Amino acid sequence: MNPALQGLITIIIGVGGCVGYFYGANLFLDKVLFRAEGPNAGRNINRANQIRPWLFLMPALLALGIYLAYPVFATLRLSFLERLPGNQYAFVGFDNYTQMFAEPKFMEALRNNVLWLVIVPAAATGFGLLAAQLTDRLRWGNIAKSIIFMPMAISFVGAAVIFKLIYEARPEDVAQIGILNHLYLTFGGAEPQQWLQIPFWNSFFLMAVLIWIQTGFAMVILSAALRGIPEETVEAAIIDGANPFQIFFKIKIPQIMSTIVVVWTTITIATLKVFDIVFAMTNGQWETQVLANYMYDKLFRANDWGMGSASAMIIMLMVTPILVWNVYNARKEMQ
Amino acid sequence: MDAMAGRKPAVVWALNISVVLLVALWLFPTLGLLISSFRTGDQITASGWWSSLFPAEQTMQIRVADPDDNRVDLGNGRFMVEGNIFEGADFEGELNAWGTSSRRLGEFETGVTADLGDGETLTVEADGSYVWEGDDDQISGRAQRVFLDVVTPPDFTLENYSFVLFDENNSEGMAKAFFNTLTVVIPATIIPILIAAFAAYALAWMDFPGRAILIAVIVGLLVVPLQLALIPLLSLHNAIGIGKGYLGVWLAHTGFGLPLAIYLLRNYMVGLPRDIIENAKVDGATDFQIFTKIILPLSFPALASFAIFQFLWTWNDLLVALVFLIDASGQTTVMTKQIVELLGTRGGDWEILATSAFVSIAVPLAVFFAMQKYLVRGLLAGSVK
Repeated sequence: MNPALQGLITIIIGVGGCVGYFYGANLFLDKVLFRAEGPNAGRNINRANQIRPWLFLMPALLALGIYLAYPVFATLRLSFLERLPGNQYAFVGFDNYTQMFAEPKFMEALRNNVLWLVIVPAAATGFGLLAAQLTDRLRWGNIAKSIIFMPMAISFVGAAVIFKLIYEARPEDVAQIGILNHLYLTFGGAEPQQWLQIPFWNSFFLMAVLIWIQTGFAMVILSAALRGIPEETVEAAIIDGANPFQIFFKIKIPQIMSTIVVVWTTITIATLKVFDIVFAMTNGQWETQVLANYMYDKLFRANDWGMGSASAMIIMLMVTPILVWNVYNARKEMQ
Repeated sequence: MDAMAGRKPAVVWALNISVVLLVALWLFPTLGLLISSFRTGDQITASGWWSSLFPAEQTMQIRVADPDDNRVDLGNGRFMVEGNIFEGADFEGELNAWGTSSRRLGEFETGVTADLGDGETLTVEADGSYVWEGDDDQISGRAQRVFLDVVTPPDFTLENYSFVLFDENNSEGMAKAFFNTLTVVIPATIIPILIAAFAAYALAWMDFPGRAILIAVIVGLLVVPLQLALIPLLSLHNAIGIGKGYLGVWLAHTGFGLPLAIYLLRNYMVGLPRDIIENAKVDGATDFQIFTKIILPLSFPALASFAIFQFLWTWNDLLVALVFLIDASGQTTVMTKQIVELLGTRGGDWEILATSAFVSIAVPLAVFFAMQKYLVRGLLAGSVK
């Protein structure tokens, strides 16, 4: 069957099924299970209203349970097991973890991930803040913002192609088509560089891709936060003779600190999961490995589910502090 | 602060220039790829994309017509070859100067008759027509070489797009991958919205025990890396017979998109005015009616925001498709996977790579520019709260 047709049928079945479920279950509850008439009408209405929220929630809870909650525990379990031939498993305790930590490629991935975690959120938030502040009162600020925001819509893979063209190196005696090498040679570089093959520094060239994508996100949110600052505080500072830098760093930044933290943590999460960029640009060669790509290698190339799951748990472990902090904040807010 | 007039002009200039620089830095990478996708492979390797926007000065080396076949006897032992130097060459542009030696390029103006020694002369006009004159010995054997200094105007082509999209012999074409991506994206965008809307309403406006805990759980699930889900879910799909395929990828995208969907929609629905909902209840509307007749229409902006997020995310996704969709047959490849393949196999063919990448980028970019308002709103609702 044609996949497009299959897709169309799925949409009809999926959407129809959802609507049918919600409508039908609701009808069943009101007209069959607890009819709002007869001697027990009042009690029935109350009962129906107790059950209804769960009716509404059921599909979502099922999907969340199966697709997000269950895998966390299943992966944790897998990380303590070793797969044997014939679909058998043996409990090996922390063997997968110790074996993994002994592997140089894993330590390299861990080191790179920490580098990514330090630099990408800081740079993206910093550039975003700069862009937000500079475009704030500009007449063509909205157009500028739109352009800086645009990479948000571009896939990591598309961005990988875009930046590969930038980093492209050609032999010394022919014209350079990568702009970085062109500039490098124009400003006195000796010979064209293979930017993605210089260990350690190549990670930074990969990070540039993610920073380029995430800056727009930071800018949009921080720009809204800057606009939310009460005018009086800024005016008071001007009257007191503060210069623009003092106003920015001492008046504005402290007032949007909570938003900066939110932006920072959101980008941190995105950075932790970075996979496509490394996968498409270097595939972890030349010491650019990161955890997500290491995990993919283990799972689908080496077919080692135990170590793959163990490295996934390391990613989960790194996310956990942010998870706890988010939940804590959300609860505080609701009270 | 608002009064720009109150600031020094120098500051305003500095501000404008720095924003121009910033914008250029963010725009040029994409622009480079876009421009490259309209150039032929030869053009891309010959010069950087930035130089293609301007008329290019270059040197062409062409021989005049073969004297033994084309020479005309003028009498007195004099012979002549006449013709147009660009004959047979596909050339558009302007001839500025020419020369007969690679060491003295542009030695002669157009229209000038050059003395090549011993009475041999060559004249090249601006339109490329030439006259080469000399004695029997000179006008025979190998044809005279001419080095032309020409300026060619910017030259772009749509060939790459027709090759990448419509060429039936191109097994690496994007047409099939494009439709596969579309097939993944549409159900994966619509279904989570529907499921999440009902759940969000329950979490926002219905009272039941455990509501606060559920909300906290959803906030927590918001950041769970989907890397954790790969193996357990693939085993699950295999165990229940879904295997790798569209159904699996639709379900996976639905599951992974739900926390954000519920979170965004709930935040929005909580902000709707309580009066409307309570009045409707007093008038005897059931929860189901309130939801479909009041909440859903009012929540349109939030629904649109999430729809855009989910659309962009599923369209641009590589990992979920790799794990849950793409099997060995290669029939279900999506565009991101196709591009990664091309990066591996045709890393140097920039015309193919750039065009393929742009085919996949074009749709999200169009959606982005058309619906930017909702995207920004969704971002703000999702994180500032």
